[in-house]
Amino acid sequence: MAAYRIDAADLSYTQLNQIIRARVAEGTKEIEIENVLGQRFIADGLKGDVRITIHGVPGGDLGMFMSGPTCIVHGNAEHAPGNTMDAGTIVIHGSAGDAVAHSMRGGKIFVRDDIGYRGGIHMKEYRSKRPCLVVGGSARAFLGEYMAGGLIIVLGLGTGPAISERGIGSGIHGGEIFVRGEVPPHLLGVGAKISPAGREEKERMAPLIGEFAGYFGLDGESLLSEEYVRIAPSSSRPFANKYVWE
Amino acid sequence: MSIGAVPPRYRISIDRDQCMLCERCVESCPYGVFRSSDGRILIDSRRCTACHRCIAMCPRDAIDLKERPVDYRSHPLWTREIRESIYTQARSGKIILAGMGNALPYPVIFDRLVLDACQVTNPSIDPLREPMELRTYVGKKPSRLEIRKDEKGDVELLTKLSPNLMLETPIMIAHMSYGAISRNAQLSLARAAKEMGTYMGTGEGGLHHALYPYQDRMIVQVASGRFGVDIDYLERGAAIEIKIGQGAKPGLGGHLPGEKVDEDVSSTRMIPVGTDALSPFPHHDIYSIEDLKQLVRSLKEATEWKKPVFVKIAAVHNTAAIAAGIARSSADAVVIDGFRGGTGAAPKVARDHVGIPIEAAIASADAKLREQGIRNEVSLIASGGIRESADVAKAIILGADAVYIGTAALVALGCRVCGNCYRGLCPWGIATQREDLVSRLDPETGSKQAANLIQAWTHELSELMGAAGINSIESLRGNRDRLRGYMLDEGLMKVLDVKTVGA
Repeated sequence: MAAYRIDAADLSYTQLNQIIRARVAEGTKEIEIENVLGQRFIADGLKGDVRITIHGVPGGDLGMFMSGPTCIVHGNAEHAPGNTMDAGTIVIHGSAGDAVAHSMRGGKIFVRDDIGYRGGIHMKEYRSKRPCLVVGGSARAFLGEYMAGGLIIVLGLGTGPAISERGIGSGIHGGEIFVRGEVPPHLLGVGAKISPAGREEKERMAPLIGEFAGYFGLDGESLLSEEYVRIAPSSSRPFANKYVWE
Repeated sequence: MSIGAVPPRYRISIDRDQCMLCERCVESCPYGVFRSSDGRILIDSRRCTACHRCIAMCPRDAIDLKERPVDYRSHPLWTREIRESIYTQARSGKIILAGMGNALPYPVIFDRLVLDACQVTNPSIDPLREPMELRTYVGKKPSRLEIRKDEKGDVELLTKLSPNLMLETPIMIAHMSYGAISRNAQLSLARAAKEMGTYMGTGEGGLHHALYPYQDRMIVQVASGRFGVDIDYLERGAAIEIKIGQGAKPGLGGHLPGEKVDEDVSSTRMIPVGTDALSPFPHHDIYSIEDLKQLVRSLKEATEWKKPVFVKIAAVHNTAAIAAGIARSSADAVVIDGFRGGTGAAPKVARDHVGIPIEAAIASADAKLREQGIRNEVSLIASGGIRESADVAKAIILGADAVYIGTAALVALGCRVCGNCYRGLCPWGIATQREDLVSRLDPETGSKQAANLIQAWTHELSELMGAAGINSIESLRGNRDRLRGYMLDEGLMKVLDVKTVGA
């Protein structure tokens, strides 16, 4: 079945989402949106099994509270794609702004290029839900801060290192972060510890790296064969020793 | 230990002539104050929290409790509390956590405000005879209405109205999460809210399926940890509240210790059993007022603009300006939580020293919104330290549309304000998840008691209004003429916009 096409030029985000919801309710499985120019909240709170291809630059909170659909962006994405997302996939053929995957509980996000500050902040997991964020380029400061679960991979395939800013995993109390190459220990936040990624860890990364490579036409095998470090919580109770009862 | 033991806070004694050794005190006390041995009840007063469960259950009134049975040398500056905090911190090197609201003896502004009544020149109104309109709508009100008259003279409303909550009384039950309080406590309050035609908040703990039958009376909360938040949760609530801050700990995050995250709590918060639920200090997707607007709108967009969105902030120095910013964010109500607001656990230093009283915060926010011509854009909800119906009336006169009650509602369930909520052993079945303790609170009687309280306050409110010759809550709101300051300083009276008594 051919994709349902929407021209987003001159549509507000509410109008755009109303069309998407109506189509999904009718059972449309493929939607293609042209001329996206900063409309926020695309697929916000959307449920169901639909693939939405976005041409242009979606505004903030793409796929927020989303539960199931797939969004493929041909362009960059603004602030917080996948915010508090529950299930589904977001693939961004470009870069994304700050707070990517903020408080995400489930689903997967793949960003071909760079992400801004606070990527994967307060990601969490629950039962079968385990959120994943894979970044092809670099990440800015406070990556995985307050992280409570899930998995982040930063590949650093751009010109500079994967991450060269501070506060990685500060307050992390669950989940894990993999970074290709070296991460100097002074960039780690309070409560995070670093170790080389071994075979077992690479087995966990493999399906995600493979999926990432598939989306962007890269060689997954050779990506996986490189050296990675793992950043994980030094304790599951980072604040347990900070307080005393009255 | 060079500091040694500090004196016990309470001393429990038993009148042995009255005691019939029924051991109800032993069963009642989860803290282990009482023990039965060789036909005698033994007492360990040091474990006592003054929760009064034993006193309430003793059939012979045989138990006596004394607070501060051992004196320190009295000193106006180096109080007992100050000294004991120092001992605790000298031992531990840690931040002190405490339960319930602000425990410092700041003057209560509500108690320095008096209400007006009619005498001779205009008659008071008897609420038994005349209808009293207490119905309150929370949400945006249009600044103007456009209507069209057809040829038959029928009027059609052209202005699109924003969703509002309809309350039969301007008293709502505050956000207290499942986890902080028990399921039976939440159930009691939810049933009471439904019965009284009002609403209650979920807190940041998700919505337990046992509460689904009351979901049209629940305001679901989105706080910085986003615990329990998914699209299903947002769709269930009657309204959505973004929690930015809390009066008991303005600017700070939350921390539900892993010990309290059992199977059931884990399922509503959507986190693994036994893990700490850490709510960050800020929302990390809100670093500015523009970002707040984005979160408000994302929630509206997710729920197709069908539900009001509230924003709750702690009362702080610049509350009025912040409220004006929120009013422009497309939020439907601003909740202001004063510095006496309760909590299950907060750093004592924040609880006792950060924030401002609700009376001043609500009055200044109301004034600022009126000054900017946007008072209709949001409802104002006052919260934090509302103890009785007179406080409700005064808060409404100072500009609130409605109030939230938290501690008062728990007291209606039996809470004695012992302040040990964080221990998880609440003998009244309120702030605990221990099944045997939770079962002490029957949702049937609990809901009746909470509904009774709201009903009694509502009756009192209509009598206060009737006495003042007012028959509609709309005419009470912001009506500073019916309030006078008694022994308040000029600066504060200016902020509250009230005259002194006699003027």
